[in-house]
Amino acid sequence: MPSLKDLRGRINSVKSTRKITQAMKMVAAAKLRRAQAQAEAARPYAERMEAILASLGAAVATQPGAPPLLVGTGADRVHLLVVVTADRGLAGPFNTNVGRLARNRIRALEAEGKVVKVLTVGRKGAAFLKRELASRIVGEITFMGKKRVEFADAEAIAVRVTEMLEAGEFDVCSLIYNRFRSVITQVPTEQRLIPAPLPEGEAPAGTGPVALYEYEPGEEQILATLLPRNLAIQIYRAVLESTAGFYGSQMSAMDSATRNAGDMINRLTLNYNRTRQANITKELIEIISGAEAV
Amino acid sequence: MATFLLELVSPEKLLLSRQVEMATIPAAEGEMGVLPGHAPMIVTLRGGVIRVRENGAETESLFVGGGFAEISPERVTVLADEATPLASLSRAEAERRVAEAEAALAGIGNDDPAEKRELALDRVLSARTMLDLAQAA
Repeated sequence: MPSLKDLRGRINSVKSTRKITQAMKMVAAAKLRRAQAQAEAARPYAERMEAILASLGAAVATQPGAPPLLVGTGADRVHLLVVVTADRGLAGPFNTNVGRLARNRIRALEAEGKVVKVLTVGRKGAAFLKRELASRIVGEITFMGKKRVEFADAEAIAVRVTEMLEAGEFDVCSLIYNRFRSVITQVPTEQRLIPAPLPEGEAPAGTGPVALYEYEPGEEQILATLLPRNLAIQIYRAVLESTAGFYGSQMSAMDSATRNAGDMINRLTLNYNRTRQANITKELIEIISGAEAV
Repeated sequence: MATFLLELVSPEKLLLSRQVEMATIPAAEGEMGVLPGHAPMIVTLRGGVIRVRENGAETESLFVGGGFAEISPERVTVLADEATPLASLSRAEAERRVAEAEAALAGIGNDDPAEKRELALDRVLSARTMLDLAQAA
């Protein structure tokens, strides 16, 4: 049976924990709003880009000598996985979910006899994969100490991926990240980057009849500038979605932590009061029986 | 007067989306004035100014540092690498970029592929345009 003093100490410590989790929840909620706005602001660009790429790519992809960013190297031996996680923890299963998906993919690919290389974006993913699969990691990128991720940061990752492709270091590149579905659900997703996934057959509905475009300068030149840009924008989008998802996940994790702390305080307070009353009763009995004995 | 929908988007946000009468676009092979009903085209952009005309007067002018434009008869979508209203261009920033781009160009050797040199050259030109505009503003 813990003493009254112990119980008081525990109640106080849980109370200060609750204060911290509550504050973290508020901060996450505020940051979530900003991250969500940023993710939404990036969406129109990515959508238009996809539309242009779809109308352009389908025409060029079948020709010989198409750029490797569009059609890959033709082989399927070395896979590069770009794993996007957060730099911080305390966000429930957010980082673990992506890490687990990445690990399963690596195992599956290696079981097929493929070589896997991993480029991690965010500190937590690197930490997760290092435990068992450290030898596959070829690079780590973090945004520690940055207030917000800018397009230039994503572009730097894209440049790095492109250089690796040109150096023949991989054949297929995929992105693994948490897709932001809503504040409480993030879906770990795998998305192929190289070769670029082109919509099958017709252009997506809603764009109307496919216009026959004139290109200035030629199709190849446009594609040569468009493809690296598209890679950067896909990475940018993934990073932004992941950031928004991170704050969402952190918010709900901190919310339930706050609630749990509240429950615990109630239980401990009940326990404390009971112990206190038991002590008083005991003392009374001692006094009364002492008086009777005289 | 007939209008078309002009959309100007940068990776970081949607800057402009409204009906305009005419837009001047700095296409890679020369400035292009686009009116409603233009033939469908996809063009690349160099560093320059997009000018927008509405109700018979020029209402907006923004600096873009390269990108793409998709033109169709009733709609123009400009995908700019970056876009800044002329009035808020910073001269210091432009100077920094010119210096950076020129250093990058100087660092390219003769063995490097021609595309790389061209890309660097484009960057320098775009940065110089930005500086000129910043000084004028």
